[in-house]
Amino acid sequence: MFDVEKIRQDLPILEREVNGHPLVYLDSAATSQKPRSVMAAVDGYYNAHNANAHRGVHTLAEEATKMYEDARAKVARFINARSSAEIVFVRNTTEALNLVVWSWGKANLKPGDEIILSEMEHHSNIVPWQLLAREVGASIKYLPFDENGKIQISDLKSQISARTKAVSLVHVSNSLGTVNPIKEMARVVHEAGALFIVDGAQSVPHSKVDVQSLGADFLAFSGHKMLAPMGIGVLYGRAELLEAMPPFLGGGDMIKTVSLSGATWNDVPYKFEAGTPNVAGAVGLAAAIDYLEGVGLSNVRAHEVKLTTYALACLQPLAGITLYGPLDPEERGGVLAFNLRGAHPHDLASVLDSEGIAVRSGHHCTMPVHARLGIAASVRASFYLYNMEDEVDRLIEGLSKAKKILQV
Amino acid sequence: MTASDLYKEEILDHYKNPRNFGEMTNPTVSYQEDNPLCGDRLFLQLIIDGGKVTDVRFKGEGCAISTASASLMTEYIKGKTLPELEKLRGEDVLEILGIANLSPARLKCALLPLEGLRHALTKYQSLTGNN
Repeated sequence: MFDVEKIRQDLPILEREVNGHPLVYLDSAATSQKPRSVMAAVDGYYNAHNANAHRGVHTLAEEATKMYEDARAKVARFINARSSAEIVFVRNTTEALNLVVWSWGKANLKPGDEIILSEMEHHSNIVPWQLLAREVGASIKYLPFDENGKIQISDLKSQISARTKAVSLVHVSNSLGTVNPIKEMARVVHEAGALFIVDGAQSVPHSKVDVQSLGADFLAFSGHKMLAPMGIGVLYGRAELLEAMPPFLGGGDMIKTVSLSGATWNDVPYKFEAGTPNVAGAVGLAAAIDYLEGVGLSNVRAHEVKLTTYALACLQPLAGITLYGPLDPEERGGVLAFNLRGAHPHDLASVLDSEGIAVRSGHHCTMPVHARLGIAASVRASFYLYNMEDEVDRLIEGLSKAKKILQV
Repeated sequence: MTASDLYKEEILDHYKNPRNFGEMTNPTVSYQEDNPLCGDRLFLQLIIDGGKVTDVRFKGEGCAISTASASLMTEYIKGKTLPELEKLRGEDVLEILGIANLSPARLKCALLPLEGLRHALTKYQSLTGNN
Protein backbone atom coordinates (compact mmCIF):
# COMPACT_ATOMS: atom_id res chain seq x y z
CA MET A 1 0.00 0.00 0.00
CA PHE A 2 1.50 3.32 -1.10
CA ASP A 3 1.52 5.74 1.83
CA VAL A 4 3.10 9.10 1.09
CA GLU A 5 2.95 10.21 4.75
CA LYS A 6 4.93 7.16 5.75
CA ILE A 7 7.46 7.73 2.97
CA ARG A 8 7.92 11.35 4.05
CA GLN A 9 8.87 10.19 7.54
CA ASP A 10 11.86 8.43 5.98
CA LEU A 11 13.28 11.70 4.62
CA PRO A 12 14.54 13.95 7.42
CA ILE A 13 15.09 16.98 5.15
CA LEU A 14 11.34 17.19 4.52
CA GLU A 15 10.94 18.25 8.16
CA ARG A 16 12.96 21.38 7.45
CA GLU A 17 11.63 24.88 7.44
CA VAL A 18 12.75 27.35 4.79
CA ASN A 19 12.19 31.06 5.32
CA GLY A 20 9.76 30.31 8.12
CA HIS A 21 7.64 27.84 6.14
CA PRO A 22 7.67 24.04 5.96
CA LEU A 23 9.82 23.10 2.96
CA VAL A 24 7.96 22.22 -0.24
CA TYR A 25 10.58 20.51 -2.36
CA LEU A 26 9.53 20.52 -6.01
CA ASP A 27 12.97 20.17 -7.59
CA SER A 28 13.57 16.42 -7.68
CA ALA A 29 14.29 16.52 -11.40
CA ALA A 30 17.44 18.44 -10.42
CA THR A 31 18.25 16.13 -7.52
CA SER A 32 16.18 13.96 -5.22
CA GLN A 33 16.20 14.01 -1.44
CA LYS A 34 17.57 10.99 0.43
CA PRO A 35 15.86 8.57 2.78
CA ARG A 36 17.46 7.62 6.09
CA SER A 37 18.17 4.07 4.88
CA VAL A 38 20.42 5.39 2.10
CA MET A 39 22.35 7.65 4.44
CA ALA A 40 22.59 4.80 6.97
CA ALA A 41 24.02 2.51 4.30
CA VAL A 42 26.69 5.08 3.40
CA ASP A 43 27.42 5.67 7.09
CA GLY A 44 27.54 1.95 7.76
CA TYR A 45 30.03 1.48 4.96
CA TYR A 46 32.35 4.21 6.24
CA ASN A 47 31.94 3.24 9.88
CA ALA A 48 32.64 -0.47 9.50
CA HIS A 49 33.96 -1.50 6.09
CA ASN A 50 35.82 1.36 4.41
CA ALA A 51 38.79 0.26 2.32
CA ASN A 52 39.85 0.55 -1.29
CA ALA A 53 37.94 -1.91 -3.47
CA HIS A 54 39.83 -4.33 -5.74
CA ARG A 55 43.07 -3.59 -3.93
CA GLY A 56 44.45 -5.71 -1.13
CA VAL A 57 43.57 -8.96 0.55
CA HIS A 58 42.85 -7.72 4.02
CA THR A 59 39.38 -8.16 5.46
CA LEU A 60 38.18 -4.60 5.00
CA ALA A 61 39.37 -4.55 1.38
CA GLU A 62 37.48 -7.78 0.74
CA GLU A 63 34.35 -6.40 2.39
CA ALA A 64 34.50 -3.12 0.47
CA THR A 65 35.02 -5.02 -2.79
CA LYS A 66 32.08 -7.28 -2.05
CA MET A 67 29.80 -4.36 -1.19
CA TYR A 68 30.81 -2.55 -4.37
CA GLU A 69 30.25 -5.61 -6.55
CA ASP A 70 26.99 -6.50 -4.80
CA ALA A 71 25.80 -2.98 -5.65
CA ARG A 72 26.73 -3.55 -9.27
CA ALA A 73 24.79 -6.82 -9.34
CA LYS A 74 21.80 -5.05 -7.79
CA VAL A 75 21.88 -2.34 -10.47
CA ALA A 76 22.13 -5.03 -13.17
CA ARG A 77 19.02 -6.78 -11.81
CA PHE A 78 17.22 -3.46 -11.36
CA ILE A 79 17.41 -2.59 -15.06
CA ASN A 80 17.43 -6.22 -16.23
CA ALA A 81 20.92 -6.21 -17.73
CA ARG A 82 22.20 -9.61 -18.82
CA SER A 83 25.14 -9.46 -16.42
CA SER A 84 26.98 -7.24 -13.96
CA ALA A 85 29.72 -6.78 -16.56
CA GLU A 86 27.30 -4.52 -18.42
CA ILE A 87 27.19 -2.04 -15.53
CA VAL A 88 29.91 0.63 -15.46
CA PHE A 89 29.93 2.90 -12.43
CA VAL A 90 30.56 6.53 -13.28
CA ARG A 91 29.90 9.85 -11.56
CA ASN A 92 26.64 10.74 -13.25
CA THR A 93 24.66 10.69 -16.50
CA THR A 94 26.93 13.33 -18.03
CA GLU A 95 30.01 11.20 -17.45
CA ALA A 96 28.22 8.11 -18.77
CA LEU A 97 27.32 9.90 -22.00
CA ASN A 98 30.85 11.30 -22.34
CA LEU A 99 32.20 7.78 -21.91
CA VAL A 100 30.11 6.56 -24.85
CA VAL A 101 31.03 9.58 -26.97
CA TRP A 102 34.77 9.48 -26.34
CA SER A 103 35.28 5.73 -26.22
CA TRP A 104 32.75 4.26 -28.66
CA GLY A 105 32.19 7.41 -30.72
CA LYS A 106 35.80 8.36 -31.28
CA ALA A 107 36.69 4.81 -32.27
CA ASN A 108 33.76 4.34 -34.65
CA LEU A 109 32.83 7.65 -36.24
CA LYS A 110 34.41 8.79 -39.50
CA PRO A 111 34.16 11.98 -41.55
CA GLY A 112 30.71 12.20 -43.16
CA ASP A 113 29.02 10.00 -40.55
CA GLU A 114 25.87 11.30 -38.93
CA ILE A 115 24.60 11.39 -35.36
CA ILE A 116 20.92 11.95 -34.60
CA LEU A 117 19.89 13.78 -31.43
CA SER A 118 16.74 15.74 -30.64
CA GLU A 119 15.95 19.34 -29.82
CA MET A 120 14.81 18.28 -26.35
CA GLU A 121 18.15 16.84 -25.22
CA HIS A 122 19.84 17.98 -22.04
CA HIS A 123 23.12 19.80 -22.74
CA SER A 124 24.95 16.67 -21.58
CA ASN A 125 23.55 14.79 -24.57
CA ILE A 126 24.40 17.58 -27.02
CA VAL A 127 27.72 19.15 -26.10
CA PRO A 128 29.85 15.95 -25.99
CA TRP A 129 28.50 14.96 -29.43
CA GLN A 130 29.23 18.43 -30.79
CA LEU A 131 32.80 18.19 -29.52
CA LEU A 132 33.20 14.75 -31.06
CA ALA A 133 31.55 15.70 -34.37
CA ARG A 134 33.95 18.62 -34.74
CA GLU A 135 36.91 16.41 -33.95
CA VAL A 136 36.08 13.53 -36.31
CA GLY A 137 34.26 15.46 -39.04
CA ALA A 138 30.84 13.92 -38.39
CA SER A 139 27.60 15.89 -38.51
CA ILE A 140 24.60 16.08 -36.18
CA LYS A 141 20.92 16.11 -37.08
CA TYR A 142 18.30 17.15 -34.57
CA LEU A 143 14.79 15.69 -34.39
CA PRO A 144 12.30 18.49 -33.74
CA PHE A 145 9.48 18.34 -31.20
CA ASP A 146 5.97 19.46 -32.06
CA GLU A 147 3.62 21.87 -30.26
CA ASN A 148 2.71 19.09 -27.81
CA GLY A 149 6.36 18.54 -26.99
CA LYS A 150 6.52 15.26 -28.87
CA ILE A 151 9.03 13.79 -31.32
CA GLN A 152 7.39 12.15 -34.31
CA ILE A 153 8.66 8.69 -35.23
CA SER A 154 8.18 9.71 -38.87
CA ASP A 155 10.88 12.38 -38.41
CA LEU A 156 13.27 9.77 -37.06
CA LYS A 157 12.45 7.51 -40.02
CA SER A 158 13.02 10.27 -42.55
CA GLN A 159 16.27 11.54 -41.00
CA ILE A 160 17.92 8.19 -40.40
CA SER A 161 20.07 6.75 -43.18
CA ALA A 162 23.03 4.48 -43.84
CA ARG A 163 25.26 7.39 -42.79
CA THR A 164 23.66 7.42 -39.31
CA LYS A 165 26.02 5.72 -36.86
CA ALA A 166 24.42 6.72 -33.57
CA VAL A 167 21.08 7.95 -32.29
CA SER A 168 21.12 9.35 -28.77
CA LEU A 169 17.81 10.39 -27.22
CA VAL A 170 16.36 11.28 -23.88
CA HIS A 171 13.82 8.85 -22.42
CA VAL A 172 11.91 11.45 -20.39
CA SER A 173 12.57 15.13 -21.09
CA ASN A 174 13.74 17.09 -18.03
CA SER A 175 12.00 20.25 -19.21
CA LEU A 176 9.00 19.19 -21.31
CA GLY A 177 8.30 16.02 -19.33
CA THR A 178 7.70 14.14 -22.59
CA VAL A 179 8.04 10.36 -22.38
CA ASN A 180 9.56 9.33 -25.68
CA PRO A 181 8.49 6.04 -27.33
CA ILE A 182 11.95 4.56 -26.89
CA LYS A 183 10.96 0.98 -27.71
CA GLU A 184 9.50 1.94 -31.07
CA MET A 185 12.43 4.27 -31.76
CA ALA A 186 14.89 1.48 -30.95
CA ARG A 187 13.40 -0.67 -33.68
CA VAL A 188 13.80 2.11 -36.26
CA VAL A 189 17.36 2.81 -35.16
CA HIS A 190 18.40 -0.83 -35.23
CA GLU A 191 16.77 -1.48 -38.61
CA ALA A 192 18.98 1.31 -39.96
CA GLY A 193 22.02 -0.38 -38.41
CA ALA A 194 22.80 2.45 -36.00
CA LEU A 195 23.54 2.36 -32.30
CA PHE A 196 20.92 3.57 -29.82
CA ILE A 197 21.95 5.49 -26.71
CA VAL A 198 19.30 6.45 -24.16
CA ASP A 199 19.54 9.17 -21.52
CA GLY A 200 17.59 7.66 -18.65
CA ALA A 201 18.33 10.35 -16.06
CA GLN A 202 14.63 11.23 -15.69
CA SER A 203 13.13 7.81 -16.39
CA VAL A 204 15.06 5.23 -14.37
CA PRO A 205 14.25 6.91 -11.00
CA HIS A 206 10.53 7.10 -11.72
CA SER A 207 9.40 3.94 -13.47
CA LYS A 208 10.50 0.41 -14.26
CA VAL A 209 13.12 0.50 -17.01
CA ASP A 210 14.13 -2.80 -18.56
CA VAL A 211 17.08 -2.40 -20.91
CA GLN A 212 16.36 -5.61 -22.77
CA SER A 213 12.74 -4.84 -23.52
CA LEU A 214 13.63 -1.18 -24.24
CA GLY A 215 16.22 -2.17 -26.83
CA ALA A 216 18.83 0.38 -25.76
CA ASP A 217 22.47 -0.33 -26.60
CA PHE A 218 23.54 2.10 -23.91
CA LEU A 219 21.56 3.59 -21.03
CA ALA A 220 22.90 6.40 -18.84
CA PHE A 221 21.50 7.48 -15.47
CA SER A 222 22.44 9.17 -12.20
CA GLY A 223 22.11 7.89 -8.66
CA HIS A 224 21.41 11.28 -7.11
CA LYS A 225 18.11 11.65 -8.96
CA MET A 226 16.89 8.32 -7.52
CA LEU A 227 17.38 8.77 -3.76
CA ALA A 228 21.09 7.84 -3.87
CA PRO A 229 24.07 10.09 -3.04
CA MET A 230 25.62 12.49 -5.53
CA GLY A 231 28.68 11.29 -7.40
CA ILE A 232 27.49 7.83 -8.41
CA GLY A 233 25.98 7.11 -11.79
CA VAL A 234 25.63 4.24 -14.19
CA LEU A 235 26.40 3.46 -17.77
CA TYR A 236 24.73 0.30 -18.98
CA GLY A 237 26.19 -1.02 -22.22
CA ARG A 238 25.71 -4.25 -24.11
CA ALA A 239 28.66 -6.46 -23.17
CA GLU A 240 29.93 -6.99 -26.71
CA LEU A 241 29.97 -3.23 -27.31
CA LEU A 242 31.81 -2.52 -24.06
CA GLU A 243 34.31 -5.27 -24.80
CA ALA A 244 35.17 -3.82 -28.21
CA MET A 245 35.54 -0.25 -26.94
CA PRO A 246 38.86 1.36 -26.03
CA PRO A 247 39.30 2.72 -22.48
CA PHE A 248 37.94 6.15 -21.59
CA LEU A 249 40.17 7.19 -18.68
CA GLY A 250 43.51 5.56 -17.96
CA GLY A 251 44.91 4.74 -14.53
CA GLY A 252 44.69 2.24 -11.72
CA ASP A 253 42.23 -0.69 -11.73
CA MET A 254 41.49 -0.43 -15.47
CA ILE A 255 44.61 -2.35 -16.50
CA LYS A 256 45.77 -5.96 -16.43
CA THR A 257 49.45 -5.21 -16.90
CA VAL A 258 51.51 -2.08 -17.29
CA SER A 259 55.06 -1.89 -18.52
CA LEU A 260 57.08 1.11 -19.58
CA SER A 261 56.20 0.40 -23.19
CA GLY A 262 52.43 -0.02 -22.80
CA ALA A 263 49.53 -1.60 -20.98
CA THR A 264 46.83 -4.22 -21.41
CA TRP A 265 43.27 -3.56 -20.37
CA ASN A 266 41.27 -5.12 -17.62
CA ASP A 267 38.00 -6.91 -18.43
CA VAL A 268 34.73 -4.99 -18.65
CA PRO A 269 33.40 -3.18 -16.75
CA TYR A 270 36.70 -2.51 -14.91
CA LYS A 271 38.34 -1.31 -18.11
CA PHE A 272 36.18 1.79 -17.77
CA GLU A 273 36.64 2.40 -14.06
CA ALA A 274 40.03 4.03 -13.67
CA GLY A 275 41.07 5.10 -10.20
CA THR A 276 39.55 4.51 -6.79
CA PRO A 277 35.82 3.98 -7.28
CA ASN A 278 33.00 5.61 -5.33
CA VAL A 279 32.26 2.57 -3.17
CA ALA A 280 30.17 4.53 -0.68
CA GLY A 281 28.13 5.96 -3.53
CA ALA A 282 27.52 2.51 -4.99
CA VAL A 283 26.48 1.21 -1.57
CA GLY A 284 24.09 4.17 -1.26
CA LEU A 285 22.72 3.47 -4.73
CA ALA A 286 22.05 -0.15 -3.77
CA ALA A 287 20.15 1.04 -0.69
CA ALA A 288 18.19 3.48 -2.87
CA ILE A 289 17.22 0.65 -5.22
CA ASP A 290 16.08 -1.40 -2.20
CA TYR A 291 13.98 1.54 -1.07
CA LEU A 292 12.41 2.11 -4.49
CA GLU A 293 11.70 -1.58 -4.97
CA GLY A 294 10.22 -1.72 -1.47
CA VAL A 295 7.74 0.97 -2.49
CA GLY A 296 7.38 -0.47 -5.99
CA LEU A 297 8.32 1.42 -9.16
CA SER A 298 4.80 1.06 -10.55
CA ASN A 299 3.46 2.71 -7.37
CA VAL A 300 5.99 5.53 -7.75
CA ARG A 301 4.87 6.09 -11.33
CA ALA A 302 1.15 5.92 -10.42
CA HIS A 303 1.67 8.43 -7.60
CA GLU A 304 3.48 10.85 -9.91
CA VAL A 305 0.81 10.55 -12.60
CA LYS A 306 -1.81 11.36 -9.96
CA LEU A 307 0.17 14.38 -8.72
CA THR A 308 0.82 15.59 -12.26
CA THR A 309 -2.87 15.26 -13.12
CA TYR A 310 -3.76 17.30 -10.05
CA ALA A 311 -1.07 19.93 -10.71
CA LEU A 312 -2.10 20.31 -14.36
CA ALA A 313 -5.73 20.76 -13.30
CA CYS A 314 -4.70 23.45 -10.78
CA LEU A 315 -2.29 25.29 -13.06
CA GLN A 316 -4.18 25.28 -16.35
CA PRO A 317 -7.06 27.55 -15.26
CA LEU A 318 -4.70 30.17 -13.76
CA ALA A 319 -4.64 33.39 -15.77
CA GLY A 320 -1.32 34.10 -17.49
CA ILE A 321 0.10 30.58 -17.09
CA THR A 322 1.68 28.87 -20.10
CA LEU A 323 2.47 25.18 -19.64
CA TYR A 324 5.01 23.36 -21.80
CA GLY A 325 5.03 19.75 -22.92
CA PRO A 326 2.28 17.14 -23.36
CA LEU A 327 -0.93 17.85 -21.45
CA ASP A 328 -1.84 14.19 -20.98
CA PRO A 329 -0.34 13.10 -17.62
CA GLU A 330 0.03 9.53 -18.93
CA GLU A 331 2.34 10.82 -21.65
CA ARG A 332 4.67 12.73 -19.39
CA GLY A 333 6.89 12.45 -16.37
CA GLY A 334 6.29 14.40 -13.16
CA VAL A 335 8.01 17.48 -14.53
CA LEU A 336 6.02 20.67 -15.16
CA ALA A 337 7.70 23.62 -16.81
CA PHE A 338 5.67 26.81 -17.09
CA ASN A 339 5.76 30.57 -17.28
CA LEU A 340 3.60 33.28 -15.78
CA ARG A 341 3.06 36.19 -18.13
CA GLY A 342 4.95 39.31 -17.09
CA ALA A 343 7.07 37.55 -14.49
CA HIS A 344 10.59 36.35 -15.09
CA PRO A 345 11.16 32.75 -13.85
CA HIS A 346 13.90 33.90 -11.49
CA ASP A 347 11.64 36.43 -9.83
CA LEU A 348 8.88 33.87 -9.54
CA ALA A 349 11.28 31.33 -8.02
CA SER A 350 12.57 33.96 -5.58
CA VAL A 351 9.07 34.75 -4.34
CA LEU A 352 8.22 31.03 -4.11
CA ASP A 353 11.42 30.48 -2.14
CA SER A 354 10.36 33.16 0.32
CA GLU A 355 7.33 30.89 0.92
CA GLY A 356 9.53 27.82 1.43
CA ILE A 357 8.82 26.40 -2.02
CA ALA A 358 11.80 25.09 -4.01
CA VAL A 359 11.36 25.09 -7.80
CA ARG A 360 13.89 25.29 -10.58
CA SER A 361 14.12 28.43 -12.67
CA GLY A 362 16.23 28.99 -15.75
CA HIS A 363 16.78 26.87 -18.83
CA HIS A 364 17.25 23.54 -16.97
CA CYS A 365 20.33 22.78 -19.13
CA THR A 366 18.07 22.67 -22.20
CA MET A 367 18.71 25.98 -23.94
CA PRO A 368 17.64 24.59 -27.36
CA VAL A 369 14.23 23.61 -25.90
CA HIS A 370 13.74 27.14 -24.67
CA ALA A 371 14.97 28.65 -27.94
CA ARG A 372 12.47 26.48 -29.80
CA LEU A 373 9.68 27.63 -27.46
CA GLY A 374 10.78 31.23 -27.99
CA ILE A 375 11.55 31.84 -24.31
CA ALA A 376 14.77 32.44 -22.39
CA ALA A 377 13.77 30.50 -19.31
CA SER A 378 10.95 28.80 -17.44
CA VAL A 379 9.92 27.72 -13.96
CA ARG A 380 9.91 23.98 -13.35
CA ALA A 381 8.13 22.08 -10.62
CA SER A 382 9.03 18.40 -10.47
CA PHE A 383 7.63 15.62 -8.33
CA TYR A 384 8.83 12.43 -6.73
CA LEU A 385 7.36 9.73 -4.56
CA TYR A 386 7.50 11.92 -1.43
CA ASN A 387 5.48 14.86 -2.80
CA MET A 388 1.83 15.46 -1.89
CA GLU A 389 -1.20 17.23 -3.32
CA ASP A 390 -0.97 19.65 -0.36
CA GLU A 391 2.35 20.78 -1.78
CA VAL A 392 0.77 21.48 -5.16
CA ASP A 393 -1.76 23.63 -3.27
CA ARG A 394 1.12 25.48 -1.62
CA LEU A 395 2.64 26.07 -5.05
CA ILE A 396 -0.63 27.52 -6.35
CA GLU A 397 -0.91 29.77 -3.26
CA GLY A 398 2.71 30.82 -3.79
CA LEU A 399 1.95 31.75 -7.37
CA SER A 400 -0.98 33.95 -6.26
CA LYS A 401 1.32 35.66 -3.79
CA ALA A 402 3.96 36.12 -6.51
CA LYS A 403 1.36 37.72 -8.78
CA LYS A 404 0.61 40.27 -6.06
CA ILE A 405 4.23 41.04 -5.21
CA LEU A 406 5.40 41.20 -8.80
CA GLN A 407 2.23 43.06 -9.83
CA VAL A 408 1.42 40.83 -12.78
CA MET B 1 15.07 40.63 3.00
CA THR B 2 11.49 39.55 2.31
CA ALA B 3 10.12 39.16 -1.20
CA SER B 4 8.04 42.32 -0.78
CA ASP B 5 11.13 44.30 0.29
CA LEU B 6 13.08 42.99 -2.68
CA TYR B 7 10.37 43.67 -5.23
CA LYS B 8 9.60 47.18 -4.03
CA GLU B 9 7.95 49.81 -6.18
CA GLU B 10 11.12 51.33 -7.62
CA ILE B 11 12.52 47.97 -8.77
CA LEU B 12 9.22 46.95 -10.39
CA ASP B 13 8.91 50.36 -12.05
CA HIS B 14 12.38 50.06 -13.60
CA TYR B 15 11.59 46.46 -14.61
CA LYS B 16 8.36 47.36 -16.34
CA ASN B 17 9.54 50.69 -17.74
CA PRO B 18 13.27 50.32 -18.14
CA ARG B 19 15.14 53.55 -18.86
CA ASN B 20 17.67 53.73 -21.70
CA PHE B 21 16.12 50.59 -23.18
CA GLY B 22 16.65 49.93 -26.87
CA GLU B 23 19.40 49.95 -29.41
CA MET B 24 21.54 52.66 -31.00
CA THR B 25 22.91 52.69 -34.52
CA ASN B 26 26.09 54.62 -33.67
CA PRO B 27 27.56 53.20 -30.46
CA THR B 28 31.26 53.62 -29.70
CA VAL B 29 31.24 50.16 -28.15
CA SER B 30 28.74 47.31 -27.72
CA TYR B 31 28.95 44.26 -25.49
CA GLN B 32 26.75 41.21 -24.97
CA GLU B 33 26.84 39.80 -21.44
CA ASP B 34 25.28 36.38 -20.75
CA ASN B 35 24.25 34.81 -17.47
CA PRO B 36 24.68 31.05 -17.92
CA LEU B 37 22.59 30.31 -14.82
CA CYS B 38 19.32 31.59 -16.24
CA GLY B 39 20.06 32.26 -19.89
CA ASP B 40 19.57 35.98 -19.35
CA ARG B 41 21.26 38.22 -21.89
CA LEU B 42 22.13 41.86 -21.66
CA PHE B 43 23.22 43.85 -24.69
CA LEU B 44 24.89 47.10 -23.65
CA GLN B 45 25.86 49.99 -25.94
CA LEU B 46 27.83 53.10 -24.99
CA ILE B 47 28.73 56.32 -26.71
CA ILE B 48 32.00 57.53 -25.28
CA ASP B 49 33.04 61.05 -26.14
CA GLY B 50 35.79 63.12 -24.56
CA GLY B 51 36.46 60.45 -21.97
CA LYS B 52 32.83 60.43 -20.83
CA VAL B 53 29.83 58.20 -21.39
CA THR B 54 27.48 60.57 -23.22
CA ASP B 55 24.78 58.06 -24.06
CA VAL B 56 23.87 54.47 -23.26
CA ARG B 57 21.30 51.86 -24.27
CA PHE B 58 20.62 48.33 -23.17
CA LYS B 59 18.31 45.57 -24.21
CA GLY B 60 17.83 41.92 -23.54
CA GLU B 61 15.76 39.51 -21.59
CA GLY B 62 16.22 39.56 -17.87
CA CYS B 63 14.55 39.18 -14.51
CA ALA B 64 13.26 42.14 -12.53
CA ILE B 65 16.48 42.39 -10.57
CA SER B 66 18.85 42.40 -13.54
CA THR B 67 16.61 44.64 -15.66
CA ALA B 68 16.10 47.18 -12.87
CA SER B 69 19.81 47.09 -12.16
CA ALA B 70 20.59 47.78 -15.82
CA SER B 71 18.02 50.56 -15.96
CA LEU B 72 19.28 52.29 -12.81
CA MET B 73 22.93 51.73 -13.67
CA THR B 74 22.56 53.20 -17.16
CA GLU B 75 20.92 56.28 -15.64
CA TYR B 76 23.79 56.57 -13.21
CA ILE B 77 26.66 56.21 -15.68
CA LYS B 78 25.46 58.82 -18.16
CA GLY B 79 27.84 61.79 -17.95
CA LYS B 80 30.40 59.91 -15.84
CA THR B 81 34.07 59.83 -16.85
CA LEU B 82 35.86 56.58 -17.59
CA PRO B 83 38.03 56.78 -14.44
CA GLU B 84 34.83 57.29 -12.41
CA LEU B 85 33.27 54.23 -13.99
CA GLU B 86 36.33 52.11 -13.39
CA LYS B 87 35.86 52.79 -9.69
CA LEU B 88 32.23 51.60 -9.77
CA ARG B 89 31.90 48.56 -7.49
CA GLY B 90 29.22 45.97 -6.88
CA GLU B 91 28.34 47.61 -3.56
CA ASP B 92 27.71 50.89 -5.40
CA VAL B 93 25.29 49.19 -7.78
CA LEU B 94 23.45 47.55 -4.87
CA GLU B 95 23.22 50.93 -3.18
CA ILE B 96 21.75 52.45 -6.35
CA LEU B 97 19.29 49.54 -6.43
CA GLY B 98 18.56 50.02 -2.75
CA ILE B 99 18.67 46.32 -1.97
CA ALA B 100 20.81 44.34 0.42
CA ASN B 101 21.29 40.73 1.52
CA LEU B 102 20.73 39.15 -1.85
CA SER B 103 21.39 35.44 -2.14
CA PRO B 104 24.55 34.64 -4.14
CA ALA B 105 22.49 33.49 -7.14
CA ARG B 106 20.39 36.65 -7.21
CA LEU B 107 23.50 38.78 -6.63
CA LYS B 108 24.63 37.59 -10.06
CA CYS B 109 21.40 38.95 -11.54
CA ALA B 110 21.94 42.30 -9.85
CA LEU B 111 25.56 42.56 -10.95
CA LEU B 112 25.13 41.31 -14.53
CA PRO B 113 24.84 44.88 -15.90
CA LEU B 114 27.99 45.93 -14.04
CA GLU B 115 29.84 42.93 -15.50
CA GLY B 116 28.61 44.02 -18.93
CA LEU B 117 29.81 47.58 -18.31
CA ARG B 118 33.25 46.37 -17.23
CA HIS B 119 33.60 44.17 -20.29
CA ALA B 120 32.37 46.96 -22.56
CA LEU B 121 34.95 49.37 -21.10
CA THR B 122 37.75 46.80 -21.47
CA LYS B 123 36.67 46.27 -25.07
CA TYR B 124 36.67 50.03 -25.63
CA GLN B 125 40.18 50.33 -24.24
CA SER B 126 41.48 47.52 -26.42
CA LEU B 127 39.79 49.09 -29.46
CA THR B 128 41.28 52.52 -28.83
CA GLY B 129 44.57 51.39 -27.31
CA ASN B 130 43.81 53.56 -24.26
CA ASN B 131 44.97 51.77 -21.19
